[in-house]
Amino acid sequence: MMKWLAIVMLGLMPLFAHAGEAKDLAADPVLEKRMIGLAEKLRCLVCQNESLASSHAELAEDLRREVREQMAQGKNDQEIIDYLVARYGDFVLYEPPMKSYTLLLWFGPFALLLIGVGVLLYQLRKRRRTLPETQLSDEAQKRAAALLNDDKEIR
Amino acid sequence: MMRFILPLVVFLVLAAFLFKGLHLDPHEVPSPLIDKPAPAFTVPQLLDPKKTFSPQEMKGKVWLLNVWASWCVSCREEHPVLVALSEQKIVPIYGLDYKDKREDAAAVLRNGGDPYTVTAFDADGRVGIDYGVYGVPETYVIDKKGVIRYKQIGPINSQNLRETLLPLVAKLEKE
Repeated sequence: MMKWLAIVMLGLMPLFAHAGEAKDLAADPVLEKRMIGLAEKLRCLVCQNESLASSHAELAEDLRREVREQMAQGKNDQEIIDYLVARYGDFVLYEPPMKSYTLLLWFGPFALLLIGVGVLLYQLRKRRRTLPETQLSDEAQKRAAALLNDDKEIR
Repeated sequence: MMRFILPLVVFLVLAAFLFKGLHLDPHEVPSPLIDKPAPAFTVPQLLDPKKTFSPQEMKGKVWLLNVWASWCVSCREEHPVLVALSEQKIVPIYGLDYKDKREDAAAVLRNGGDPYTVTAFDADGRVGIDYGVYGVPETYVIDKKGVIRYKQIGPINSQNLRETLLPLVAKLEKE
């Protein structure tokens, strides 16, 4: 009797063992996809090198909830971005906006590239000047040809 | 001569930038809320859930809003500093207990002393989001007009209290 009871109870176990994840996805897949799309462009402030979409930090979860709720209220992406920037600053944006203090960030690499090309051109020109073209005399030409053609003489 | 000077200059510039970088904390993200009115909220108090707290009640006073939680390790480090500060009665400290369990937070105040005039209870972290909280402890210095004037990210210690927070409070008191 006890054995049967044990078997029945074991059989019932899976009923209580549900995995409590991804329940948000089921709620509204379209909205969830839109939320993830936006969250990928936003930075998690706790981990700093992870997007809001991939972070497991609690703050990221709260912010995803916030984004989800605001989307459900009918706000557009820009309004939600403005909402987050007003609280956390431009740092939440993975792509920094173009402002006076980010000019160096946006154009610095190109400036460095130009400087590099300039230095390269300068060096090449200088080298051409310091290495004048040498003219070999006929005799020297013949000796050189002989040396190149007859490897015995080189030894 | 140029062969030596140019690399030296490059080296010095690089060294200067790297040296500066040593003293910058990438976790300190400047808050856009500085010089903006402190966001309004009304939440229950931690120790007396029937009462509420809202920053609008604080108009006319310079005060500190300290965001903390019982699960936050640096807050434990900060706690005795706050208790000592509250005993000096220089500036009122209001707490915002962020994403916490009521009984855990109450136990911290019971065991370590309660430096807060009132602790507001932000169970789901929504007030925290409005204040741009991303890592507790954080402390906001709010002036008489209800404007956030400074945000201390990370624990208050005797050094930043002496060098930054208290001089600022004294200045704001005179405004």
